[in-house]
Amino acid sequence: MSVSEADDLPLFAPSKKVYPQSVSGPFRRLKWGLLVVCLAIYYLLPFLRWDRGPNLPDQAILLDLAHNRFYFFFIEIWPQEVYYFTGLLVLAAFVLFLMNAVAGRIWCGYLCPQTVWTDLFLAVERAFEGDRRERMQRDDAPWSADKLWRKGAKHLVWLMIAWWTGGAWVLYFADAPTLVRQLATLTAPGMAYVWIGILTFTTYALAGHMREQVCKFMCPWPRIQAALTDDEALNVTYRYDRGEPRVSVKQAARLRAAGQPAGDCVDCRQCIAVCPTGIDIRDGAQLDCIQCGLCIDACDTVMDKIGRPARLIGYDTEANLKRRQDGLAPVYRPLRLRTAIYAALILLVGGAMLYQLATRSTVGISVLHERTPLFVRLHDGSLRNAYTVRLLNKRPETRPFALSVAGLPGIGVEAVGVRATADFRPVIDVDPDSSREVRVLVTVPPGTPLEQSQVITFTASDLFAGEVVRTQDHFIAP
Amino acid sequence: MDPHHEPHSHEIDAHTGIATTGHEWDGIRELNTPLPRWWLGIFYATIVWSIGYWIVYPSWPLISGATRGVIGYATRAAIADDMAELQARRASQAAGLTQASLEQIKADPNLFRIAMAQGKAAFGDNCVACHGVGGAGGKGFPNLNDDDWLWGGTPDAIQQTLQHGIRVATDSDTRISQMPAFGRDGILKRDEIVAVANHVRALAGLPTDAKADLARGRQIFADTCAACHGPQGKGNQEMGAPNLTDAITLYGMDLPTITETITNGRGGVMPAWGPRLDPTTIKALTVYVHSLGGGQ
Repeated sequence: MSVSEADDLPLFAPSKKVYPQSVSGPFRRLKWGLLVVCLAIYYLLPFLRWDRGPNLPDQAILLDLAHNRFYFFFIEIWPQEVYYFTGLLVLAAFVLFLMNAVAGRIWCGYLCPQTVWTDLFLAVERAFEGDRRERMQRDDAPWSADKLWRKGAKHLVWLMIAWWTGGAWVLYFADAPTLVRQLATLTAPGMAYVWIGILTFTTYALAGHMREQVCKFMCPWPRIQAALTDDEALNVTYRYDRGEPRVSVKQAARLRAAGQPAGDCVDCRQCIAVCPTGIDIRDGAQLDCIQCGLCIDACDTVMDKIGRPARLIGYDTEANLKRRQDGLAPVYRPLRLRTAIYAALILLVGGAMLYQLATRSTVGISVLHERTPLFVRLHDGSLRNAYTVRLLNKRPETRPFALSVAGLPGIGVEAVGVRATADFRPVIDVDPDSSREVRVLVTVPPGTPLEQSQVITFTASDLFAGEVVRTQDHFIAP
Repeated sequence: MDPHHEPHSHEIDAHTGIATTGHEWDGIRELNTPLPRWWLGIFYATIVWSIGYWIVYPSWPLISGATRGVIGYATRAAIADDMAELQARRASQAAGLTQASLEQIKADPNLFRIAMAQGKAAFGDNCVACHGVGGAGGKGFPNLNDDDWLWGGTPDAIQQTLQHGIRVATDSDTRISQMPAFGRDGILKRDEIVAVANHVRALAGLPTDAKADLARGRQIFADTCAACHGPQGKGNQEMGAPNLTDAITLYGMDLPTITETITNGRGGVMPAWGPRLDPTTIKALTVYVHSLGGGQ
């Protein structure tokens, strides 16, 4: 190999700026609709209220990092229940796989925040700088007052949207109305401004400037998607069996009149002009295609004008392309082994999570045996073990738990610093939505036959609601 | 391939239409797929950033130490700041403890929790050397988890012991009474010691030596030991005299150990913590020790 000759290689590939052209059609309308829904959810959700009682926040979705709680409508998650998030992520991955196996990159093309915000930023750009051709011409032209104010206004509006995006982000981490008031009076915590700044920057940079570069160079999903797709998955496809050979409208008419084959593609390049990643869909399935369907709308418009059937570009499968070439009728099979497996996995994980959620207890107990000393002989000869018992109360009111211990004859229990019931069970009052640790002393009278270690059961019962929770530990003897 | 002909870097690979880098291994050529411009820009930006880092933070190692950086940041100083902040926060919590009496601390769950936490920490720093982790004790060092107390197990008695210690020469309020060395000082003779040692075992319900003169032992105990340990050997916390009849022993209840105890006496010491620890810490230690299990 030669090293010296590598020296004159360029260190970077200059990227060509993409100027997506506006387009209208059913896919564009669908994307506008989804854009409004997604953005409305993102910006307004923090203001949705959910009554949880007097002691808890009434925000429907709240990530309360200061108090280590996550509220999601009727669900309240404690830090040790982080596996719900794991389950949610697993579920999201399977849903992504299933979407991909059924109809390609639905996520990328319609729902991904990068796509949604880029679409919004493009609409702003179009409003100030006009459509594709006008933008290209202005970018080529020297600076002028007109160019300055249009560009300036665009960046200003972009920054406003980006700032608003960052502003909505922090509302998920604190009581939204309070934080809005604090932000308006400049009394919000410093962290809020820092995160608004970060989100403003990322939104402005990614949706305004990076755009398709994010999908092409930063996102791992196109690579994973390429490995997961198969011949039967619906993808935005150029039907080359119908489109080739590409000829002009007049030549096509002449060829058809002469009984010779002529493709429907007139090589108008509208599919390229509208593409947000600047690719040619006619090159076939490719990493850079986010499958937003805008080329379908563009091509259908042209096909309508020249009087040819629509959907020269459309959702189709690789297998159908081959079937048509072999003279077979196209079929779509959404129910395949892989879609069935993905659906089954979604049901399995979702079902397991639902079951866990429905049956989860609002009280928890954990016991830690004192190690030094393992046991203590009292003056009357009885034997005592000490434990640290932690009780969890996940309900929004204070709950009194009576603690009892069973497993040995004459076994007695007391807890340090708490009151007791009439039958001498210690009562541990646990504050709303918190946990409490108490030192618990378990005593066995003298003369009880004891092995070196025996299992005993700790039972905590809610004196009001009657909920009972149990756990086991050991009683240690000499 | 002709070894004299290296593929030129701009040579286009026929199959893919992409330029090659000029690197070739056994006929396999590397395609040139350069990074986007912004990626390269970020790479350069990180280099520039690192220069700023060198200037702002300690970075370059010198013979002794390192360059200090313009903002004077040091991890040690940061820890010192954190510790100072912790102390300040503790002080504000401790203010509640300083005001409250032992009874008030016990009655207030919040104060109790703070006292327990502080007491546990202070115990670990000051007490475990003798009393063991968790107050488990050892021979000659009382187990603080049991319910047998030499000098009393009420909160006030515990606080008094902590404050003034046991047999501290420099503290006038210390616990002073001491068991005499009955053998060494010639108060009891050898056979008398054996007799009374056997009687002590009998008091505790333990088997005695068959040849022992228990009647004599009982008489000697009544004459010599009962003044402190009581006629039944039940002890006296005013004198720090242990109960000899229960299941708990500080030094051991086997015959040689009892004989040794009577011969040489016993008088364990504990430092007075009053001059060493602040009153709030003593209070927290009192609450902690009282809560270990034997508190009265």
